[in-house]
Amino acid sequence: MPGKPANDKPTYDEANRLMELSAILFYAFTVLTVGSAAYMVFSKNIVHAAFALIFSLSGVAALYVLLYADFVAATQILVYVGGILILILFGIMLTTLDFTENLKTVTVNMLPASLLSGAVAVLLLYVFFAAEWTTIVPADRDGTMYDLGMMLMNEYLLPFQIAGVLLLVAIIGALLMSTRHKNEP
Amino acid sequence: MESTFLQWLAEPGLTHYLMVSAILFSLGLLAVISRKNVIMVLMGVELILNSANLNFIAFSRFTELALDGQMIALFVIIIAAAEAAVALAIVLNIYNRFKTINLNEISLMKG
Amino acid sequence: MLIQLSLIILLAPMLGFLVLIFAGKKLPRNGDWFATGLITLSFALSLYLLITKLTLHHGEAITGTMTWVVLGNAAEAGSLTVPFGIMIDNLAAVMLVVVTLISMLVHFFSVGYMHGDVRYSRYYAYLGLFSFSMLGIVLTDNLLMMYIFWELVGISSYLLIGHWYEKKSASNAANKAFIVNRIGDAGMFIGIMILFASFSTFAFGAIFDTVAAGNLPFNSTAWLTAAGVLIFCGAVGKSAQFPLHVWLPDAMEGPTPISALIHAATMVAAGVYLVARVFPILTADALLIIAYIGAITALIAATIAITQFDIKKVLAYSTISQLGYMIMGLGVGAYTAGFMHLVTHASFKAGLFLGAGSVIYAMHNALHKKNDHHTDAQDIRNMGGLKSRMPVTYWTFLIFTLAISGIPLTSGFLSKDEILAGTLAFGTLSGHWLLPIIGFAVAGLTAFYMFRLLILTFHGKHAGTTSLDDVVESPKVMTIPLMVLGALSLFVFYSFNPFGASSGWFFAAIERPASVVPALMQPATSAVFHDAVSSMHTLAMVLSILIAAAGVLFALAVYQWNKVSADRMASSLGFMYRGSLNKWYFDEMYGSVFVNGTIGITKILRWFDENIVDGAVNGAATVTSRISVVSRWFDNTVVDGLVNLSARLTEMTGTLLGKIQTGKVQTYFIYIVFSFIVLFFLFI
Repeated sequence: MPGKPANDKPTYDEANRLMELSAILFYAFTVLTVGSAAYMVFSKNIVHAAFALIFSLSGVAALYVLLYADFVAATQILVYVGGILILILFGIMLTTLDFTENLKTVTVNMLPASLLSGAVAVLLLYVFFAAEWTTIVPADRDGTMYDLGMMLMNEYLLPFQIAGVLLLVAIIGALLMSTRHKNEP
Repeated sequence: MESTFLQWLAEPGLTHYLMVSAILFSLGLLAVISRKNVIMVLMGVELILNSANLNFIAFSRFTELALDGQMIALFVIIIAAAEAAVALAIVLNIYNRFKTINLNEISLMKG
Repeated sequence: MLIQLSLIILLAPMLGFLVLIFAGKKLPRNGDWFATGLITLSFALSLYLLITKLTLHHGEAITGTMTWVVLGNAAEAGSLTVPFGIMIDNLAAVMLVVVTLISMLVHFFSVGYMHGDVRYSRYYAYLGLFSFSMLGIVLTDNLLMMYIFWELVGISSYLLIGHWYEKKSASNAANKAFIVNRIGDAGMFIGIMILFASFSTFAFGAIFDTVAAGNLPFNSTAWLTAAGVLIFCGAVGKSAQFPLHVWLPDAMEGPTPISALIHAATMVAAGVYLVARVFPILTADALLIIAYIGAITALIAATIAITQFDIKKVLAYSTISQLGYMIMGLGVGAYTAGFMHLVTHASFKAGLFLGAGSVIYAMHNALHKKNDHHTDAQDIRNMGGLKSRMPVTYWTFLIFTLAISGIPLTSGFLSKDEILAGTLAFGTLSGHWLLPIIGFAVAGLTAFYMFRLLILTFHGKHAGTTSLDDVVESPKVMTIPLMVLGALSLFVFYSFNPFGASSGWFFAAIERPASVVPALMQPATSAVFHDAVSSMHTLAMVLSILIAAAGVLFALAVYQWNKVSADRMASSLGFMYRGSLNKWYFDEMYGSVFVNGTIGITKILRWFDENIVDGAVNGAATVTSRISVVSRWFDNTVVDGLVNLSARLTEMTGTLLGKIQTGKVQTYFIYIVFSFIVLFFLFI
């Protein structure tokens, strides 16, 4: 149950109203996220699917904000919407540019795929719903940027460095792989 | 019972977020399994990664994990970026070699 | 200083060998001047060494030792080492001069004799190797090194006998010499090992000291006797003593200078030298055996020499006979006399051989001029009357013949007289009268057969196909060595008294070493023996002169004046004559006993092999092939069946499982998710 810090304790109504607002926002963004994702999955047009993914990921970012993860939300929008999806769009254009008539994708294995996905969904929902989570009452907080920065430079320094190296390797590897065909006869 | 369920609905907590994440995961899985196009498969993978991230952040909000969950989510995003770059380079190579990116047509390893 | 000098003497011929064997053909004149120069250097140094030794270091032995091989520590004996040591006592110094002198003269003589030989440089190389090995025997101070040089001498002798290996008889003779020597050397090695096993040392001095201190091999005088006799076996082989004498006459197949150097003067004397070296540890029993072996050898060889017609064969048997004399002399205790006979014999026997070489060379050239390649250039029946054509050779040959026959004023008389006196003394001391009887008989026989040889070769009318005019005297390089040796065969070089050597420098220099064996087993001591010799000396001298003169006169009567017919004498002696002519059938006996015996044993073994061993093998083979048929059936049906079955199973499984491999990534992903769900339900 979300609440306010102790020094300016809100009245019940105030708190209730805030809660309702956050609940409304949660459901709105949930609908956006899940709806866009479903559209993406079932869309015949791959470009449409890509744009649906943008919306879905943006919705996830909004959910992050609702979870008081402002820095992660910003990163999500920067990296996914600004980076990865542009990359995917480029990929679509580079690979399917010549075959405009094939722009409509066709699905395979539809029956086992839907059965399995449904089973997984039921399974996960059941597990998440049935499990007794030891939750705490979440505290309101201002920004996470400072704390994340401190952690990144202290206990997460080594993973941070490794992540940097990983990115470098990935960039070089991607460059190498995508340019090799020029050397081929 | 009725009012309890409504009240549960009105107070979005850990379970709500987890359920959203579960639905996203299933949709991503469906995309990965059923779509022919490699790029669609990749987008499904992104969806799955996001559902996992949503889990992390939800746990970081509602349990004692605190900021560690966000930190892990950050690293997941980093790795996702790297994965996307490499995967798209591979897709381009596949396209150059097979002149298609439909997975059902690429079956050299058929036994 | 003297040690370094002796090392130079030792190594100079070796240097000659190494240079000539590798570069001989590239040197001017094929390098004969190089080898000859080196041996002359050795001789000069040896002479200097002998004089220095006799004047400045008379009584002491000069020794120098370095450790050659360390065998490690033995449990009881302490550290075992193989030393390389040099010991120069008077014996060695005298022997050095003898060896280098004869070797040098032979080198010079060979320049003429071997002229134009196909393997001229190799011949000189082998001469160098031989000189090196012989000097090694002389200089060494321990038994192991002596054995090593002993074998080296054997191999160089083998190489030189077989120098003309294109001739079948030469290569056979080389093989025979080598193999027969092996028999003796095996005994010698066992003897050395008996001493080493009990004393843990090879050095002469150390062994003598240990025995003198009362230690015996395995605490038994019998073992000491055995060791002495076994070491003497080596001497039997090398010095061609009965029963291993058969190789020496055959060794005459080698070049004649080689016969002079190796098979008359030096190598065969090595056996005598060996006995002289180990004399202190020889027990009375061992010495008695040695004396009898020597006497038997002397007698047998002398009787054979009477009837031979090959000039070199006669000389070969006379060599064996004289070696028997030396061995007998050592055996009876006349140590100095025996060794002195070695020295004097070396010079006059080398001279005889070189003279024979000169004759053969002349005959060969004469036959060559007549284009006669069938007549034997060595057969004395084809000679005669050469005196007028080869004066130098004749007169020197006469001196050598007088010396070997024991006529006064020669060196041979001095030494032989002393040996005979020694045998007489031994007879009085021990009662073995057979030894002096044989000794005097052999002296008479020697005078007879040597004058027979001289007369048939040089006197009378020329027989055979060559004309006397074609026979010419040999070149200077061959006659000068003869003259040198002729001079050395006179008495003055050994004693100023022509009728007694015991006052000369030789007897002063070479003294009989004291025996170190326990008193019970000792031979008569020097002093006792010396007294006996003194009392017998005049008798021995008179007897030996008379017997030698009788022999000479008989030879003259038979062959010069033809008073007695040789043929009639031969037929009247019948079987004796045939036995002597055929060398008492030793070769035939060895052939039938050892060679045929070996062949017979081989035949038995072959029968055994063919019937028993092969039968067993074949039986095993049959059984194996039967088993293999069964095993093959088993293999084909059961084992192969199992293998094929498993292969077919694998193939079927593979085909089935291959269906799953669609090659499509998404299918695999479906499997993964499905399996995941199944596992989830399994574990939750």
